[in-house]
Amino acid sequence: MTTRIAEIWVGLFVAAGIAALFMLAMQVSNLSTYNSDSGYDVTAYFEDISGLKVRSPVTMSGVRIGRVKSISFDKERLSALVTMEIEGEYDTLPDDSSASIYTAGLLGEKYIGLEPGAGSNDCEDITLDDSGEIKIEESTDKDCKPSTLQQGSEIKLTQDSLVLEKLIGQFISKFLDDDKKDTAK
Amino acid sequence: MISQIQSLGHKALGFFQRLGRGHILIADILKGQPALFLRPSLIIQQLYSVGVLSILIVVVSGFFVGMVMGLQGYNTLVDFGAEESLGVMVALTLVRELGPVVTALLFAGRAGSALTAEIGLMKATEQLSAMEMMAVDPIRRVLAPRFLAGFISMPLLAAMFSAVGVLGGYFVGVGLLGVDEGAYWSQMQASVDLYEDILNGVIKSIVFGFVVTWIAVFEGYDAIPTSEGVSRATTRTVVHSSLAILGLDFILTALMFN
Repeated sequence: MTTRIAEIWVGLFVAAGIAALFMLAMQVSNLSTYNSDSGYDVTAYFEDISGLKVRSPVTMSGVRIGRVKSISFDKERLSALVTMEIEGEYDTLPDDSSASIYTAGLLGEKYIGLEPGAGSNDCEDITLDDSGEIKIEESTDKDCKPSTLQQGSEIKLTQDSLVLEKLIGQFISKFLDDDKKDTAK
Repeated sequence: MISQIQSLGHKALGFFQRLGRGHILIADILKGQPALFLRPSLIIQQLYSVGVLSILIVVVSGFFVGMVMGLQGYNTLVDFGAEESLGVMVALTLVRELGPVVTALLFAGRAGSALTAEIGLMKATEQLSAMEMMAVDPIRRVLAPRFLAGFISMPLLAAMFSAVGVLGGYFVGVGLLGVDEGAYWSQMQASVDLYEDILNGVIKSIVFGFVVTWIAVFEGYDAIPTSEGVSRATTRTVVHSSLAILGLDFILTALMFN
């Protein structure tokens, strides 16, 4: 009888321990928001990425749709190459979307914000009609799809991270220039 | 003068002898592990007395530690307008450091001392010698299951401590002080990494479990078989395990998080 109770308690103990580990893994860590298989990689070049880190969020309209996968320095272009992993379900981003590095809050972490472009697609036939007006028609070709970002595609339009020192430097130099102009008058 | 040097040498030799005995003992215990799977009831019994009976102290301490961290963290973070990061602070501190370390210290005090006293008393009342007379190896029959039980229990207890501590921080931060609930969890999830933080915490607790149980079992087995000897061995278990935990924690942290 006593061994039976001991066995039940040990079973409960092990179950509770594993449940606690499971809770830590699912509720506390980033496991629930992280699945590495289903995404596709997109690259972008930035002149300045200071503050951006691997695993920083990639957002569109403020919703996280991916994470920064790797950051490296391209020694030929002399700029930073950022590879982002976008989750597989978001496969309709136009390929002329732009990427900017923003700061969350005043001192917060850096993240990449994507803004959708118009989407260069071949679904519209643009013609000039006789009166010289531009005419846009839906294409009759049913197979056409708006071109989207895919595995390995590059985001061409990028905007760099704002560095506080640079901003202050620009402000001061502008201020000094204004000052000089004033004295010249 | 000569006698002082002699006693110094004697002490040093005694120290190395104990160190050597400890390592030989752990080797024997590890050799005895496979045979345990033939008699799982031995492990179950020890898991009950080492693990189950430690749950209460670990869970209650974890909850209070979490609540204190919630309070202290809130008071510091609110100055910077960053009280939303309370969840991150509580979770990272618990998972990386306090969970494994405080659990191991409690475990050394609650289970380690009990193990030492039990084995030491068995030795003092010559139960261990009696087993040897009956051709039962006391290392396999008595020490090995206790060691395995401690080794299994520690990571589970540490996980409970951290999980309950996070809930304690939630209780104080969100429940009493009014931190936003979504921010508490989402910032935590954004910053705590499964491998970097949680897995390393689990590895820490496994190492501490190994060391604490080893020290406890060895001190009991090596105790002078008198009532005074057993009481000394019990004290040594708590002191040596606590020092070993804190020292190892520094080394492990330096290896894992730099």
